[in-house]
Amino acid sequence: MRLLTHNMLSSNIKGVTNGFPLRIEVEKVVEKSVDFNPDFLKNMLAKIEYKALVEASRIMGYAELPDHAEPSMLESDDFLRKFHHALMELHLEEGTLVCPQTGRKFPVNKGVPNMLLHEDEV
Amino acid sequence: MKLKQLEGLLGSLEQFYNPKIELEQYPTGSHIASRMLYTAENSFGDVTNKVVADFGCGCGTLGIAAALLGAQHVVGLDIDAESLEIASENADELELDMEFVQCDIRNLRWEGQIIDTVVMNPPFGTRRKGADMDFLCVALKVASEAVYSLHKTTTREHVRRTALRDCHASSAEVLCELRYDVPHLYKFHKKKEVDIAVDLWRFVPKKNQ
Repeated sequence: MRLLTHNMLSSNIKGVTNGFPLRIEVEKVVEKSVDFNPDFLKNMLAKIEYKALVEASRIMGYAELPDHAEPSMLESDDFLRKFHHALMELHLEEGTLVCPQTGRKFPVNKGVPNMLLHEDEV
Repeated sequence: MKLKQLEGLLGSLEQFYNPKIELEQYPTGSHIASRMLYTAENSFGDVTNKVVADFGCGCGTLGIAAALLGAQHVVGLDIDAESLEIASENADELELDMEFVQCDIRNLRWEGQIIDTVVMNPPFGTRRKGADMDFLCVALKVASEAVYSLHKTTTREHVRRTALRDCHASSAEVLCELRYDVPHLYKFHKKKEVDIAVDLWRFVPKKNQ
Protein backbone atom coordinates (compact mmCIF):
# COMPACT_ATOMS: atom_id res chain seq x y z
CA MET A 1 0.00 0.00 0.00
CA ARG A 2 1.56 3.26 -1.04
CA LEU A 3 0.90 6.50 0.75
CA LEU A 4 -1.30 7.85 -2.02
CA THR A 5 -3.73 5.06 -1.18
CA HIS A 6 -3.31 5.66 2.57
CA ASN A 7 -4.28 9.29 1.89
CA MET A 8 -7.67 8.12 0.64
CA LEU A 9 -8.52 5.52 3.29
CA SER A 10 -10.67 6.39 6.26
CA SER A 11 -11.95 4.31 9.15
CA ASN A 12 -15.38 3.05 8.10
CA ILE A 13 -16.64 1.89 11.49
CA LYS A 14 -20.20 2.95 12.28
CA GLY A 15 -20.39 6.15 14.27
CA VAL A 16 -16.82 7.20 13.68
CA THR A 17 -16.61 10.85 12.69
CA ASN A 18 -12.88 11.28 13.02
CA GLY A 19 -11.55 8.34 11.05
CA PHE A 20 -8.85 10.02 8.99
CA PRO A 21 -5.96 9.64 8.72
CA LEU A 22 -5.41 6.07 9.83
CA ARG A 23 -2.37 5.79 12.05
CA ILE A 24 0.33 3.54 10.60
CA GLU A 25 2.16 0.84 12.56
CA VAL A 26 5.06 -0.43 10.50
CA GLU A 27 6.36 -3.95 10.33
CA LYS A 28 7.85 -3.93 6.85
CA VAL A 29 8.38 -1.13 4.34
CA VAL A 30 9.31 -1.81 0.72
CA GLU A 31 10.48 0.80 -1.78
CA LYS A 32 9.33 0.39 -5.37
CA SER A 33 10.54 2.68 -8.07
CA VAL A 34 7.92 4.55 -10.10
CA ASP A 35 8.49 6.79 -13.12
CA PHE A 36 8.65 10.45 -12.14
CA ASN A 37 5.62 12.31 -13.51
CA PRO A 38 5.77 16.01 -12.51
CA ASP A 39 2.40 16.95 -14.04
CA PHE A 40 0.66 14.22 -12.10
CA LEU A 41 2.42 15.28 -8.91
CA LYS A 42 1.44 18.93 -9.30
CA ASN A 43 -2.15 17.84 -9.76
CA MET A 44 -1.97 15.63 -6.67
CA LEU A 45 -0.53 18.22 -4.32
CA ALA A 46 -3.78 20.16 -4.48
CA LYS A 47 -5.90 17.08 -3.86
CA ILE A 48 -4.16 15.20 -1.07
CA GLU A 49 -4.01 15.86 2.65
CA TYR A 50 -0.41 16.97 2.81
CA LYS A 51 -0.09 16.83 6.60
CA ALA A 52 -1.24 13.22 6.66
CA LEU A 53 1.34 12.38 3.98
CA VAL A 54 4.18 14.00 5.92
CA GLU A 55 3.29 12.16 9.13
CA ALA A 56 2.87 8.86 7.35
CA SER A 57 6.15 9.16 5.45
CA ARG A 58 8.03 9.88 8.66
CA ILE A 59 6.58 6.80 10.33
CA MET A 60 7.69 4.84 7.28
CA GLY A 61 11.23 6.08 7.82
CA TYR A 62 11.43 8.94 5.29
CA ALA A 63 12.02 12.32 6.88
CA GLU A 64 12.81 14.50 3.86
CA LEU A 65 9.41 16.08 3.24
CA PRO A 66 9.04 19.63 4.58
CA ASP A 67 6.31 20.17 7.18
CA HIS A 68 4.31 22.50 4.96
CA ALA A 69 3.91 22.75 1.22
CA GLU A 70 3.40 25.98 -0.69
CA PRO A 71 2.27 25.96 -4.35
CA SER A 72 5.54 27.72 -5.23
CA MET A 73 7.45 24.63 -4.12
CA LEU A 74 6.05 22.84 -7.16
CA GLU A 75 8.66 24.74 -9.19
CA SER A 76 11.40 23.02 -7.28
CA ASP A 77 12.59 19.76 -8.80
CA ASP A 78 14.09 18.82 -5.45
CA PHE A 79 10.75 19.12 -3.66
CA LEU A 80 8.90 17.29 -6.44
CA ARG A 81 11.28 14.36 -6.23
CA LYS A 82 10.85 14.10 -2.47
CA PHE A 83 7.11 14.39 -2.83
CA HIS A 84 7.20 11.71 -5.53
CA HIS A 85 9.20 9.39 -3.35
CA ALA A 86 6.94 9.76 -0.35
CA LEU A 87 3.65 9.59 -2.23
CA MET A 88 4.40 6.89 -4.79
CA GLU A 89 7.45 4.83 -3.87
CA LEU A 90 7.09 3.92 -0.20
CA HIS A 91 4.96 0.85 0.40
CA LEU A 92 3.66 -0.53 3.65
CA GLU A 93 4.07 -4.23 2.95
CA GLU A 94 3.26 -5.53 6.45
CA GLY A 95 1.79 -3.58 9.33
CA THR A 96 -1.41 -2.14 10.72
CA LEU A 97 -3.67 0.83 10.09
CA VAL A 98 -5.26 2.11 13.29
CA CYS A 99 -8.53 4.01 13.55
CA PRO A 100 -7.65 7.31 15.25
CA GLN A 101 -10.96 7.44 17.07
CA THR A 102 -11.51 3.86 18.27
CA GLY A 103 -8.03 2.32 18.13
CA ARG A 104 -9.38 -0.55 16.03
CA LYS A 105 -6.63 -2.19 14.03
CA PHE A 106 -6.90 -2.98 10.32
CA PRO A 107 -4.16 -5.38 9.23
CA VAL A 108 -2.01 -4.86 6.15
CA ASN A 109 -0.58 -8.06 4.64
CA LYS A 110 1.44 -8.32 1.43
CA GLY A 111 0.64 -4.68 0.87
CA VAL A 112 -3.14 -5.17 1.01
CA PRO A 113 -5.10 -3.46 3.80
CA ASN A 114 -8.08 -5.43 5.10
CA MET A 115 -10.86 -2.94 5.85
CA LEU A 116 -13.59 -5.55 6.37
CA LEU A 117 -15.71 -4.76 9.41
CA HIS A 118 -17.15 -7.12 12.01
CA GLU A 119 -20.94 -7.29 12.26
CA ASP A 120 -21.16 -4.99 15.23
CA GLU A 121 -19.11 -2.29 13.53
CA VAL A 122 -21.37 -1.85 10.53
CA MET B 1 -1.14 0.20 -27.11
CA LYS B 2 -3.40 -1.23 -29.77
CA LEU B 3 -6.77 -2.71 -28.86
CA LYS B 4 -5.82 -6.17 -30.10
CA GLN B 5 -2.66 -6.15 -28.02
CA LEU B 6 -4.57 -5.07 -24.91
CA GLU B 7 -7.16 -7.77 -25.51
CA GLY B 8 -4.42 -10.38 -25.89
CA LEU B 9 -2.71 -9.43 -22.65
CA LEU B 10 -5.96 -9.45 -20.71
CA GLY B 11 -6.80 -12.85 -22.16
CA SER B 12 -3.68 -14.29 -20.54
CA LEU B 13 -4.76 -13.43 -16.99
CA GLU B 14 -5.62 -16.06 -14.38
CA GLN B 15 -9.28 -16.19 -13.38
CA PHE B 16 -11.24 -17.45 -10.37
CA TYR B 17 -10.27 -21.02 -9.34
CA ASN B 18 -13.23 -21.43 -7.04
CA PRO B 19 -15.78 -18.80 -7.95
CA LYS B 20 -18.22 -17.92 -5.19
CA ILE B 21 -21.74 -17.72 -6.51
CA GLU B 22 -23.04 -15.60 -3.63
CA LEU B 23 -20.63 -12.87 -4.69
CA GLU B 24 -21.59 -13.32 -8.36
CA GLN B 25 -17.98 -13.91 -9.31
CA TYR B 26 -17.69 -14.00 -13.08
CA PRO B 27 -14.58 -13.11 -15.01
CA THR B 28 -14.81 -10.00 -17.17
CA GLY B 29 -13.80 -11.32 -20.59
CA SER B 30 -10.89 -9.74 -22.39
CA HIS B 31 -13.14 -8.68 -25.27
CA ILE B 32 -15.37 -6.52 -23.06
CA ALA B 33 -12.62 -5.34 -20.70
CA SER B 34 -10.35 -4.16 -23.50
CA ARG B 35 -13.14 -2.28 -25.27
CA MET B 36 -14.34 -0.70 -22.08
CA LEU B 37 -10.99 0.78 -21.10
CA TYR B 38 -9.96 1.58 -24.65
CA THR B 39 -13.13 3.63 -25.10
CA ALA B 40 -12.68 5.33 -21.73
CA GLU B 41 -9.26 6.51 -22.76
CA ASN B 42 -9.62 7.19 -26.49
CA SER B 43 -13.03 8.82 -26.43
CA PHE B 44 -12.87 10.53 -23.07
CA GLY B 45 -9.28 10.66 -21.78
CA ASP B 46 -10.32 9.08 -18.47
CA VAL B 47 -7.46 6.62 -18.01
CA THR B 48 -3.93 7.67 -18.95
CA ASN B 49 -2.19 9.56 -16.11
CA LYS B 50 -5.33 9.34 -14.00
CA VAL B 51 -6.13 7.75 -10.64
CA VAL B 52 -8.44 4.81 -11.36
CA ALA B 53 -10.35 2.54 -9.00
CA ASP B 54 -11.72 -0.88 -10.00
CA PHE B 55 -14.73 -1.67 -7.80
CA GLY B 56 -15.31 -5.38 -7.20
CA CYS B 57 -12.07 -6.02 -9.06
CA GLY B 58 -12.18 -9.82 -8.73
CA CYS B 59 -9.09 -11.10 -10.54
CA GLY B 60 -8.15 -7.56 -11.50
CA THR B 61 -8.98 -7.52 -15.22
CA LEU B 62 -10.34 -3.98 -15.49
CA GLY B 63 -7.74 -2.42 -13.19
CA ILE B 64 -4.98 -4.17 -15.08
CA ALA B 65 -6.38 -2.88 -18.35
CA ALA B 66 -6.27 0.64 -16.87
CA ALA B 67 -2.66 0.16 -15.81
CA LEU B 68 -1.74 -1.14 -19.27
CA LEU B 69 -3.24 2.02 -20.77
CA GLY B 70 -1.07 4.21 -18.57
CA ALA B 71 -3.20 5.06 -15.54
CA GLN B 72 -0.84 6.60 -13.00
CA HIS B 73 -2.32 4.91 -9.96
CA VAL B 74 -4.78 2.02 -9.95
CA VAL B 75 -6.56 0.60 -6.89
CA GLY B 76 -8.58 -2.61 -7.01
CA LEU B 77 -11.21 -3.14 -4.33
CA ASP B 78 -12.83 -6.47 -3.50
CA ILE B 79 -14.40 -8.20 -0.54
CA ASP B 80 -12.80 -11.57 -1.28
CA ALA B 81 -9.22 -12.32 -0.20
CA GLU B 82 -8.76 -15.17 -2.68
CA SER B 83 -9.63 -12.98 -5.65
CA LEU B 84 -7.25 -10.29 -4.45
CA GLU B 85 -4.48 -12.93 -4.29
CA ILE B 86 -5.13 -13.85 -7.92
CA ALA B 87 -5.36 -10.19 -8.91
CA SER B 88 -2.01 -9.46 -7.24
CA GLU B 89 -0.39 -12.34 -9.09
CA ASN B 90 -1.88 -11.16 -12.36
CA ALA B 91 -0.51 -7.67 -11.84
CA ASP B 92 2.93 -9.07 -10.91
CA GLU B 93 2.95 -11.34 -13.99
CA LEU B 94 2.58 -8.28 -16.20
CA GLU B 95 5.01 -6.28 -14.03
CA LEU B 96 2.32 -3.74 -13.26
CA ASP B 97 2.09 -1.63 -10.18
CA MET B 98 -1.45 -1.99 -8.89
CA GLU B 99 -2.78 -1.48 -5.36
CA PHE B 100 -5.46 -3.55 -3.69
CA VAL B 101 -7.77 -2.98 -0.75
CA GLN B 102 -9.99 -5.62 0.81
CA CYS B 103 -13.29 -4.07 1.80
CA ASP B 104 -17.08 -4.16 1.45
CA ILE B 105 -18.14 -1.51 -1.08
CA ARG B 106 -21.27 -0.81 0.95
CA ASN B 107 -19.31 0.58 3.88
CA LEU B 108 -16.41 2.11 2.04
CA ARG B 109 -15.37 5.48 3.37
CA TRP B 110 -13.11 7.29 1.00
CA GLU B 111 -11.47 10.58 1.81
CA GLY B 112 -11.10 13.43 -0.66
CA GLN B 113 -11.48 13.65 -4.41
CA ILE B 114 -8.35 11.85 -5.45
CA ILE B 115 -9.96 9.17 -7.61
CA ASP B 116 -10.67 10.41 -11.13
CA THR B 117 -12.32 7.37 -12.68
CA VAL B 118 -14.10 4.29 -11.41
CA VAL B 119 -14.31 1.26 -13.67
CA MET B 120 -16.40 -1.74 -12.72
CA ASN B 121 -18.20 -4.89 -13.71
CA PRO B 122 -20.49 -5.01 -10.66
CA PRO B 123 -22.61 -7.93 -9.52
CA PHE B 124 -25.84 -7.78 -11.49
CA GLY B 125 -27.98 -8.29 -8.41
CA THR B 126 -29.06 -11.84 -9.21
CA ARG B 127 -27.99 -13.10 -5.75
CA ARG B 128 -28.28 -9.99 -3.62
CA LYS B 129 -30.99 -7.74 -4.99
CA GLY B 130 -29.88 -4.20 -5.65
CA ALA B 131 -26.18 -5.02 -5.51
CA ASP B 132 -25.60 -3.40 -8.90
CA MET B 133 -27.08 -0.10 -7.79
CA ASP B 134 -25.25 -0.19 -4.43
CA PHE B 135 -22.03 -0.33 -6.40
CA LEU B 136 -23.12 2.46 -8.72
CA CYS B 137 -24.12 4.80 -5.91
CA VAL B 138 -20.80 4.40 -4.11
CA ALA B 139 -18.89 4.76 -7.37
CA LEU B 140 -20.61 8.06 -8.10
CA LYS B 141 -19.68 9.35 -4.65
CA VAL B 142 -16.05 8.39 -5.05
CA ALA B 143 -15.24 9.28 -8.67
CA SER B 144 -14.53 12.90 -9.44
CA GLU B 145 -14.74 12.58 -13.24
CA ALA B 146 -16.46 9.44 -14.52
CA VAL B 147 -17.80 5.99 -13.78
CA TYR B 148 -17.71 3.19 -16.36
CA SER B 149 -19.94 0.26 -15.59
CA LEU B 150 -21.62 -2.79 -17.11
CA HIS B 151 -25.29 -3.55 -16.55
CA LYS B 152 -27.71 -5.93 -18.21
CA THR B 153 -29.45 -4.32 -21.17
CA THR B 154 -32.78 -5.51 -19.77
CA THR B 155 -32.24 -3.17 -16.80
CA ARG B 156 -31.42 -0.12 -18.91
CA GLU B 157 -34.29 2.16 -17.90
CA HIS B 158 -34.06 1.16 -14.25
CA VAL B 159 -30.33 1.91 -14.21
CA ARG B 160 -30.79 5.28 -15.87
CA ARG B 161 -33.57 6.31 -13.53
CA THR B 162 -31.81 5.20 -10.38
CA ALA B 163 -28.50 6.75 -11.39
CA LEU B 164 -30.00 10.17 -12.12
CA ARG B 165 -32.56 10.24 -9.34
CA ASP B 166 -30.89 8.42 -6.43
CA CYS B 167 -27.17 8.22 -7.07
CA HIS B 168 -26.37 11.82 -7.95
CA ALA B 169 -25.33 11.27 -11.52
CA SER B 170 -25.37 14.42 -13.58
CA SER B 171 -25.46 12.30 -16.74
CA ALA B 172 -25.89 8.66 -17.71
CA GLU B 173 -25.02 7.48 -21.20
CA VAL B 174 -25.04 4.04 -22.78
CA LEU B 175 -21.86 4.01 -24.85
CA CYS B 176 -22.58 0.70 -26.53
CA GLU B 177 -24.23 -2.65 -26.16
CA LEU B 178 -21.93 -5.65 -25.82
CA ARG B 179 -22.36 -9.40 -25.64
CA TYR B 180 -21.05 -10.84 -22.40
CA ASP B 181 -20.34 -14.51 -22.88
CA VAL B 182 -20.76 -16.12 -19.51
CA PRO B 183 -18.99 -19.48 -19.37
CA HIS B 184 -20.43 -22.49 -17.56
CA LEU B 185 -19.02 -21.73 -14.13
CA TYR B 186 -21.58 -22.89 -11.65
CA LYS B 187 -23.49 -26.14 -11.15
CA PHE B 188 -26.82 -24.47 -11.74
CA HIS B 189 -25.74 -23.32 -15.20
CA LYS B 190 -27.63 -25.50 -17.66
CA LYS B 191 -26.06 -24.41 -20.92
CA LYS B 192 -22.42 -24.63 -21.86
CA GLU B 193 -22.25 -20.91 -22.17
CA VAL B 194 -24.67 -18.09 -22.60
CA ASP B 195 -24.60 -14.66 -24.20
CA ILE B 196 -26.00 -11.82 -22.15
CA ALA B 197 -26.64 -8.41 -23.65
CA VAL B 198 -24.94 -5.79 -21.48
CA ASP B 199 -24.73 -2.04 -21.73
CA LEU B 200 -21.47 -0.21 -21.25
CA TRP B 201 -22.42 2.93 -19.35
CA ARG B 202 -20.60 6.15 -18.67
CA PHE B 203 -21.88 8.14 -15.71
CA VAL B 204 -20.68 11.56 -14.64
CA PRO B 205 -21.05 12.46 -10.96
CA LYS B 206 -22.56 15.75 -9.81
CA LYS B 207 -19.76 17.93 -8.54
CA ASN B 208 -19.54 19.40 -5.08
CA GLN B 209 -21.64 16.90 -3.19
